Amino acid sequence: MTLQAMTYLVVGFTFAIYIGIAIWARAGTTKEFYVAGGGIHPIANGMATAADWMSAASFISMAGLIAFMGYGGSVFLMGWTGGYVLLAMLLAPYLRKFGKFTVPEFIGDRYYSKAARIVAVICLIVASVTYVIGQMKGIGVAFSRFLEVDYTIGLSIGMGIVFIYAVMGGMKGITYTQIAQYCVLILAYTIPAIFISLSLTGNPIPQLGLGSTMAGTDVFLLDRLDLVLRDLGFLEYTTNVRLSTTNMFMYTLSLMIGTAGLPHVIIRFFTVPKVKDARSSAGWALVFIAILYTTAPSVAAMARLNLIETIEPTPGEYMVYDERPDWIKNWEATGLLAFEDKNGDGKIQYNANPETNEMVKVDRDIMVLANPEIAGLPNWVIALVAAGGLAAALSTAAGLLLAISSAISHDLLKGVFRPEISEKQELLASRVAMAGAILLAGYLGFNPPDFAAGTVALAFGLAASSIFPALMMGIFYKRMNKEGAIAGMTAGLGVTLLYVFQHKGIMFIASTSYLGDMSPNWFFGIEPNAFGAVGAMVNFAVAFAVAKMTAPPPQEIMDLVEHIRVPAGAGTPTSH
Amino acid sequence: MSKNASYWSANLRLVALCLVIWFVVSYLFGIILVEQLNTIQIGGYKLGFWFAQQGSIYVFVALIFFYANRMGKLDRKHDVHEDDE
Repeated sequence: MTLQAMTYLVVGFTFAIYIGIAIWARAGTTKEFYVAGGGIHPIANGMATAADWMSAASFISMAGLIAFMGYGGSVFLMGWTGGYVLLAMLLAPYLRKFGKFTVPEFIGDRYYSKAARIVAVICLIVASVTYVIGQMKGIGVAFSRFLEVDYTIGLSIGMGIVFIYAVMGGMKGITYTQIAQYCVLILAYTIPAIFISLSLTGNPIPQLGLGSTMAGTDVFLLDRLDLVLRDLGFLEYTTNVRLSTTNMFMYTLSLMIGTAGLPHVIIRFFTVPKVKDARSSAGWALVFIAILYTTAPSVAAMARLNLIETIEPTPGEYMVYDERPDWIKNWEATGLLAFEDKNGDGKIQYNANPETNEMVKVDRDIMVLANPEIAGLPNWVIALVAAGGLAAALSTAAGLLLAISSAISHDLLKGVFRPEISEKQELLASRVAMAGAILLAGYLGFNPPDFAAGTVALAFGLAASSIFPALMMGIFYKRMNKEGAIAGMTAGLGVTLLYVFQHKGIMFIASTSYLGDMSPNWFFGIEPNAFGAVGAMVNFAVAFAVAKMTAPPPQEIMDLVEHIRVPAGAGTPTSH
Repeated sequence: MSKNASYWSANLRLVALCLVIWFVVSYLFGIILVEQLNTIQIGGYKLGFWFAQQGSIYVFVALIFFYANRMGKLDRKHDVHEDDE
């Protein structure tokens, strides 16, 4: 069977499963639509959370980034996992005890303020919409690369699938499809990694293979990689710091706080039956995430080594361009990999010197996607990787879309503008909002705004500097009042936006950047993507200062905080 | 309320302990002291590099289950646990 036929078969099979689940898991009430009825087992919720969290960026891009950043790429590994520790201990159990449907609802009730709720809705929508654009692009690219259909058709098929199970099933349908999607994506990620680890080191477990010797020698794989990179004039793989120690520290902290503050992740913990389930479910989520995240460094290092050794099989012996393997030809055709024989010797040299380096373009994203082809794995593995990339993008998109639609139908419509509507009307409104969110996301996928590339930093920055501190202080600092929380959110958000915009341009239009995106202008050498942690600190400081100067919150709010701090008496989530 | 107050302070102590470990394995071992730890080699891994790309993640997982388990015991000890069904 040809690769393309195999890919159609595997992707088609996974899509049939998703649609089957959608028909089985229709939502009949708002509670099922928003929180899947509050009856999801903690391990099942952990698996769904893992699929929700691991996006096209985790699946496709992360290992490629690490492959070229080496040790510096650790910021993503630690940052995108360590946030779950914060979530499990500082937010998830308390928000589950609070027992409502959305994140803005907690902020609105805790700070007895519709204004605070609306600020939270705005932060949520901006963070989630920016995030969903990336997923939509991922879906379109995966379709066009693997199924060789047009980008727009690919994107439309992806939207149609999400539409069916998200609009019909809400959180209930999304949860069960995410569980299926997790299984697809984790198999697609680990199977090639196991084969590659086995062939390079003789050890089938990638996490151990990375610390092993090269097969048939007594040289450690990482030492070999360091040596090869040094010889080519690159920095050593295992010690290559990202800009500075301070920057790595702040970058990691920003990603951790941002992860814990992203609403589409938080609402997953509203679906478990009990407070204690919210705690353990965060642990299970991280187990399922860690399977991919501890495999990624192995994929990264091994892919880099494989790439170098394809081009320079033995030192001083370079690949003859006309004899290059098929996978290189395939990727050259996409424009993501490009060579230029600068010295005209018919061979390809790869090194750190831009004058003589002949691999002039190698897109980071191809490292994971090309991995099975580089290792010469059978076609069904390559087809599985395509299905895995799609599963990662679809599951994250659905989670984000639910966060957006529930903020619109539950927080804005039911909470602020039309409190009198019945549950049936609200359920209809939530379905309409979901459909609208999918169309908006699709539109942005077809016409990605110029600032799309820079917006992931913005999503984490917003979550870190506004949502996380407001939630945490709402639980851990009883004295925090409306004035403090709103001032803190505004200040944290303002500082972060100002810093990102002054270096990256207002709304990411480069010409409006008034300080220039260069390290001498950075505050303590902190890159804009790493600034969310500073925004969070500003938020905390301003909120404390303002709360001290203004009246304490009313007694019933203090009682509410007492109430959410203890697990006893947690019912299932309600809207009343 | 004093029952809840002692529960809460026990909870805060547990969270503080967990967050110290969380900080040590990632920020301290993985970033601040990475050069010193890299002089120690475990198999093919430099120790600091291992903490940054592997070890910290394993510790994070263990920490959450440790916390969930200890909190379950605290809930019962202070009689604030949820009803069993």
